[in-house]
Amino acid sequence: METTRQVFDGINVVEFAAIAAGPVIGKHLADHGARVVHVESYERPDGFRQNYPPYKDNKPGLNRSGAFGICNNNKYGVTINLKAKEGVDLAKELIQWADIVIENFTPGTLKKLGLGYEEMKEVNPNIILLSTCNQGQTGPHALHPGFGSHLSSLCGFTYMTGYPDRFPCILYGPYVDHIGVGYGVIAAVAALEHRRRTGEGQFIDLAQYEAGVQFMIPALLEYSINHRVIERDGNRHSSAAPHNTYPCKGDDRWCVISVFNDEEWKALCKCMGRDELISDPRFKTIPARKEHEDEVDQEVGKWTSRLTAEEVFKKLQDNGVKAGIVQTIEDLFADPQLKHRGFWAPVDHPEVGRCHAEGPPFAFSKTPFKIDRPAPMIGEHNELVFKTFLPAGKKAQRRD
Amino acid sequence: MEEKIKLLQDCRVLDFTNETGFLCGKILGDLGADVIKVEKPGGDESRKLGSFYQDIPDPEKNLYWFSYNHNKRGITLNIETEAGKEILLKLVEKTDIFLETFPPGYLKKLGLDYAALSKINPQLIMTSITPFGQSGPYKDYKGSDLVLTAMSGFMSVLGDADKPPVRPTLPQSYVWIGMHAAEGTLMAYYHRGMTGEGQHVDVSGQAGVTWALSIAPSFYDLNRELPTRAGSFITGRSITGAILRAVYPCKDGYLAYIIYGGPAGIRTNKRLVEWMDSKGMAPDYLKNKDWSKFDIATVTQEEIDQLEQAYMKFFKTVTKEEFFKYVLENDMLGYPLATAKELLEDEQLKARGLWQEVEHEELGTTITYPAFSTKFSSIACGFWRRAPLIGEHNEEVYGEIGLNNSDILRLKKANVI
Repeated sequence: METTRQVFDGINVVEFAAIAAGPVIGKHLADHGARVVHVESYERPDGFRQNYPPYKDNKPGLNRSGAFGICNNNKYGVTINLKAKEGVDLAKELIQWADIVIENFTPGTLKKLGLGYEEMKEVNPNIILLSTCNQGQTGPHALHPGFGSHLSSLCGFTYMTGYPDRFPCILYGPYVDHIGVGYGVIAAVAALEHRRRTGEGQFIDLAQYEAGVQFMIPALLEYSINHRVIERDGNRHSSAAPHNTYPCKGDDRWCVISVFNDEEWKALCKCMGRDELISDPRFKTIPARKEHEDEVDQEVGKWTSRLTAEEVFKKLQDNGVKAGIVQTIEDLFADPQLKHRGFWAPVDHPEVGRCHAEGPPFAFSKTPFKIDRPAPMIGEHNELVFKTFLPAGKKAQRRD
Repeated sequence: MEEKIKLLQDCRVLDFTNETGFLCGKILGDLGADVIKVEKPGGDESRKLGSFYQDIPDPEKNLYWFSYNHNKRGITLNIETEAGKEILLKLVEKTDIFLETFPPGYLKKLGLDYAALSKINPQLIMTSITPFGQSGPYKDYKGSDLVLTAMSGFMSVLGDADKPPVRPTLPQSYVWIGMHAAEGTLMAYYHRGMTGEGQHVDVSGQAGVTWALSIAPSFYDLNRELPTRAGSFITGRSITGAILRAVYPCKDGYLAYIIYGGPAGIRTNKRLVEWMDSKGMAPDYLKNKDWSKFDIATVTQEEIDQLEQAYMKFFKTVTKEEFFKYVLENDMLGYPLATAKELLEDEQLKARGLWQEVEHEELGTTITYPAFSTKFSSIACGFWRRAPLIGEHNEEVYGEIGLNNSDILRLKKANVI
């Protein structure tokens, strides 16, 4: 039987990483064919296995974590006690086997364990080491520990989210970690391409903080050039109106509508059955609508509240108006478009049962992603990895 | 010392994206690719979006354009004309990566879709970025930042519980999509290096922004619980359903502080209480608290409320700078709510050399930009050039495919370029 080649067929990855920022990089590589070994220890399991709900049926347990599950599908799980010398030796065997090592400890931690980049190069001269952490490997704040929720605030995202007369709203979860993941995948592939061309590995220092700053550039320019701090402004937009969330039929149901020009406004008025608003001087142009924005919102809200969010979405989109449903996570699981893309990939976990991993946001025409295994239970693949993968070395490289 | 190399220096990219895809080409440019941004004659519509240099509404002074189009050359081309099409086909012969954000089907109508272009250049990688993807029930629907923030589910967990959901005021969805598009494009490029095979990469904005939801989907997936917006609080840390304050007002702004368990969380709480105590602001119940028994996964709302009340009172007496200094010195979790101002002043970012002064000779000034953030030991990432002016490199690029100045003048008059 012919099997399709995946992008990372033949690539071995070892993770000394936990929570989201490191492991989700490995997850993306695993979805595309890399063999990824996630290293933990019974002494220190991945932080997402404990202290972080959700657990299946709300019963805590090392193999019941949803957060760990969503970050680690299609990986192999092993346990190594890195505090013991034999553990470090075993880790070195894995490093020898690997093409890429991903780690997200506090800077210097691996070195203290005898597993710094120099030590890795001794056993595997062409190794790629991707170190991702909060503040970066160097600089005065390098050692400061941080969680993603805090870092989203230090990056400036929290301050810019919410209504002007309320406290700023925190972004969900470790937002910046996931920006770091994107830049981490980019870095890993760039390093693989460099190795393909030159045969050489390298060291990569990725600060999640700096990755987050990349998503802030327009705000930085606005401040340094026009001396304005961008203030949170609900859902309003300086050059679009209407541009907001509107109530719909049902309990806490909302839609969004964004109108960037007068053509779209005309189309919206027609959909609302309110042709007379088109010639209303208060609403004729974007500046006029911006000036009477509360009234615009009121008129639009009157119409949307009689319909379901799905009805507003379909009606407006079919007529060329940029509209959407504020989809809940429940909606996402039923979303026909995401379904069409195979975004929610079902996997069966021995303790959790049927659950879902998330597919990539891009689809390749020739090298499709494959999600066919749940996140590993703690130490689940010790025997497979240590007795089969390691002795076979870099050969036998097609993923099982 | 080994010299770092520009990884993608032999890689040519044609970038037909609008604001939803700018970041993708920029990242390829940061890695050294020769990225050519193609606009329609007169300039891209996206040059009208957002704010402008010194508030002068001029398409050559658009700040969003500046933000995500540097490291690109710029040409103009009308691919809806026969002459324009011909030029494009000529360019495609020497192109490795084709980036585009047209509505699905548009390029096919012009005979310029992946199927057609890959016949001319079988190794071509085409990355198509659209709000929902190239196929499926929503493929023809339009997107905006607001629409994608809503349709991805991201908005459902943002905003105050008693107010409508919100998006971050600075658009985030376009940069999520651009970043993901760069991931997919680079993967396809690596695959081509290994096999010689080009392919089509279909990026969905909706699916891309869904990744900003972090672990939230697993609550519904495992237990049919629905994470929802909770304003300045975070949810889901305790199985009792307790919600935790994440944003506190301080003397001159706001702080992000969250009561966590685990070793780092407990250390943080203990040191905060010591700090409060040193100012005579720690109530007895806090001073006597046995933190070793504190378990965030089972903590009740009552206990949290009691703690937060005392913290709230204390933080109002502290400035952002004092708080930042204290958490850094004492290895605590927490940061101030920064704005662009604090980012530009931050000691760490300065020490890491993040900022680059870039000359805008056309404005007679320099502008501060962040450099590409990832530090490679062997790959050079740099800020090679500012964002292009409209048609700035027409002569240069069209010269490279054999057009001379009189050709260019003729094409300009015919509104082809």
